[in-house]
Amino acid sequence: MTSGVDLSRPQAQTVGSDEDVVRVRQLVRTVAVAVKLSLVDQTKVVTAASELARNTLVYGGGGTVEVAAVDNGRRPGISIVFADSGPGIADLELALTDGYTTGGGLGLGLSGARRLVDEFDIQTAPGQGTRITITKWSR
Amino acid sequence: MERVPILKIGDILLVSIQVDMSDQTAVALQEDLAERIVATGCHGVIIDITALDIVDSFVGRMLSTIASISRVLDAETVVVGMRPAVAITLVELGLSLNGIRTALNVERGMELIAADREREYDEFDDSSDAEPTASP
Repeated sequence: MTSGVDLSRPQAQTVGSDEDVVRVRQLVRTVAVAVKLSLVDQTKVVTAASELARNTLVYGGGGTVEVAAVDNGRRPGISIVFADSGPGIADLELALTDGYTTGGGLGLGLSGARRLVDEFDIQTAPGQGTRITITKWSR
Repeated sequence: MERVPILKIGDILLVSIQVDMSDQTAVALQEDLAERIVATGCHGVIIDITALDIVDSFVGRMLSTIASISRVLDAETVVVGMRPAVAITLVELGLSLNGIRTALNVERGMELIAADREREYDEFDDSSDAEPTASP
């Protein structure tokens, strides 16, 4: 394989700085290409990953991102887990509203990322950190 | 940290983003551009994003901020070269890129800025023509 990424197991990337967010984007791009997502779908999942990795850094105080090639028996896809042990999210519904932000951003990170992927799962509670899993299937 | 180079071509500052920018690099570009606009007195800024394979909310906000800053400094910003997949993703993400003018490529961006300046000069001429001449 030319990409140099082993698709048989999840690839982990710690997120502790700005540059790590760039590395997450590159890793997600590599796997998205390998599982043959269309160019538009690659762009969507890389953009979603960029938003969520930034959240892990800015709101979660850093954490880890795991990128895996997956298969549901009919189609291949890419699955990404963003985990931090930060303060967690108290009001999830509010946090998922367009334009809501506590960090001075545009408030599109969570809500926008959710629109860009096929599956979006979030587990969080105050003081318990946040764990978000997104999946994009090839069409 | 990497820095994005800013080129001066006549009355225009050209920024061609060729790297996957970290957030810090994007913020530095905002500040560098503001300084160069004032230092050169340029009236146009073209930001070429042909090489960017994504524009997320952070970079989108940076583009809007640059457009606002340059307007305050009497320069017009045009973003050129957006890829189709990036445009589709931006809209789905919910970014409207408020106040940003776009063109398909650098050449059209330059034409847009030149046409703007011409219109402004014309308006200026018209208003000075309308001034009554002072009588002794």
